[in-house]
Amino acid sequence: MGYHTTPEKMNAIFSDLSKDYLIYAPKRFVGDGTFTDIDTIRYGEITDLAEIEFAEKSDYSFKEVLLPISETLFYFTENEMKEADPPKKGAIVFLRSCDLHGLKRMDTIYLENGAVDTYYKRLRDQTKFILIGCENSFDNCFCVSMGTQKSDDYDAYIKVDGQTVLVDSHWDVLDTALAGQAPAPVTPDSVTANDTVVTIPETVPQTLFDAPFWEDYGNRCIACGRCNFVCPTCTCFTMQDIFYTDNGKAGERRRVWASCHVDGYTDMAGGHAFRNDKGQRMRFKVMHKVNDYKRRFGSHMCIGCGRCDDVCPEYISFANCINKLNDLVNDTVKEEN
Amino acid sequence: MTTTALNTNNSDNPYLPFLSEIIDVIKHTEIEYTFKMTYSGAVKPGQFFEVSLPKFGEAPISVSGIGDGTVDLTIRKVGKVTDEIFENYIGDTLFLRGPYGNGFDIANYKGKEIILVAGGTGLSPVKGIVDYFSAHPDDCKSFTLLVGFKSPNDVLFKKDFEEWEKNLNVIMTVDTPVDGYCGKCGLVTQYIPDIPIKNSDQAVGIVVGPPMMMKCTITELFNVGFKEANIWISQERKMCCGIGKCGHCKIDDTYICLDGPVFNYTKGKFLKD
Repeated sequence: MGYHTTPEKMNAIFSDLSKDYLIYAPKRFVGDGTFTDIDTIRYGEITDLAEIEFAEKSDYSFKEVLLPISETLFYFTENEMKEADPPKKGAIVFLRSCDLHGLKRMDTIYLENGAVDTYYKRLRDQTKFILIGCENSFDNCFCVSMGTQKSDDYDAYIKVDGQTVLVDSHWDVLDTALAGQAPAPVTPDSVTANDTVVTIPETVPQTLFDAPFWEDYGNRCIACGRCNFVCPTCTCFTMQDIFYTDNGKAGERRRVWASCHVDGYTDMAGGHAFRNDKGQRMRFKVMHKVNDYKRRFGSHMCIGCGRCDDVCPEYISFANCINKLNDLVNDTVKEEN
Repeated sequence: MTTTALNTNNSDNPYLPFLSEIIDVIKHTEIEYTFKMTYSGAVKPGQFFEVSLPKFGEAPISVSGIGDGTVDLTIRKVGKVTDEIFENYIGDTLFLRGPYGNGFDIANYKGKEIILVAGGTGLSPVKGIVDYFSAHPDDCKSFTLLVGFKSPNDVLFKKDFEEWEKNLNVIMTVDTPVDGYCGKCGLVTQYIPDIPIKNSDQAVGIVVGPPMMMKCTITELFNVGFKEANIWISQERKMCCGIGKCGHCKIDDTYICLDGPVFNYTKGKFLKD
């Protein structure tokens, strides 16, 4: 149900909730960006609504809350492995609608594709999601094309409007805490159009996998993997064992983020690798995001946040790539007819 | 043997490995050994285990033999993880998890004329099939095992070949002979046209090996009249997790670890990395 309350009241509620939850939200890290005097907006713990960056898109997604960049799975000695303890507290995550759709993609991989992932599930089960509205579209966003501009399966929606905090709660704990506050209908802000529009080809013939089209990306991509790391739906990892320098027989098994653009992703023992060409890596990623994932799971993987376009140091546009691929598919179909 | 609670763990954590004892070590070449490991549970040829040693990581290794309470893992010393495994001997233990993947279904091949073509270590995942038909030759119309190795020094499963030759038509060839070698030479493909097959449109082909070897072999099987739907392949990829999460083995909408590694060629031909 909807409420109008004050920042003070809301902060007091979060202060209470912080006994059981870590609260994560997009924060501005002043001067922490890649270049001098450039800020970065990424996820961090907050204790006050004023710390949240509501006005701009975050450079990185929320995914690191549920899928840490490096996560210890086991502690081991020579003949024993002990599962790493779960975090002591749950989490509350502020995120936008597109990212909330991204959560469904993570759920699909980690809870439905093959065995349930213990580590993901134990975090996921203890996490609440609070929607941030979008009054306007940001650069490179194409959520409307992907159908992710609206969400209703949030635990709460929160908007700070001066001295009023608008809340729409789907969470009984929050309802209880807000009892006595002015009830009022609250509808999340959402955009209805983006400057960037993509048209996704329904099918892409496999003959186009080797089209010269991809060579352009092969020439420009530097295989840094930033597009994967900022993407809320990129969920790949690599197993990594480390051992302690003081005791070489004990150590940890971790999983760390992996990127299909970065060298080594497909390396097998003995040195054979697939997709050595960077253009082919782009093709692999694009097809996963807007083609083969949907064939397997029923919805597109890409949620249209545009962070990959924001971050690429070579100014490669994923959105443009989709549209150019669509043109290429249409031209190919015409030629065949 | 040191036992831990892991051997009887009830955890639902799919990443938790169990300890397995090394029962025997068979040295095939300087760099390729078979480790016979304790394992009791259902397992099929073509399935794989994630084999790990703490401190070094995990590697997907296919099952190269199935015994009573044991599985064979044939490992080539070519990577960080596999190098370390070679420091282990009888009585030592390794951590395993699995088996993963679909494996080969022997029922698909019973009563048929079968040509099994393997290249090098590609023989490991199909060795269980060869073992089966060697022990049950009446379960198929005919069985030809065609295997190629780089050189006579790279031949795997020498003892097993002696056994197989009793009941099966075995053709072994090497790319590069050495002095004193008097067996067959050349690529496996050149021997396919001479294999006696009565009804090639009913015969089964099983092909496992390096990508180029598989491609050329399948082309040759088509040339002698094999049907796509009767050809089976197994795909080797980097399977980090084995349970559809890590993404490394994904091709198109297919996860090799979940949907493969064994594919009928009608599906397998569409797998483009």
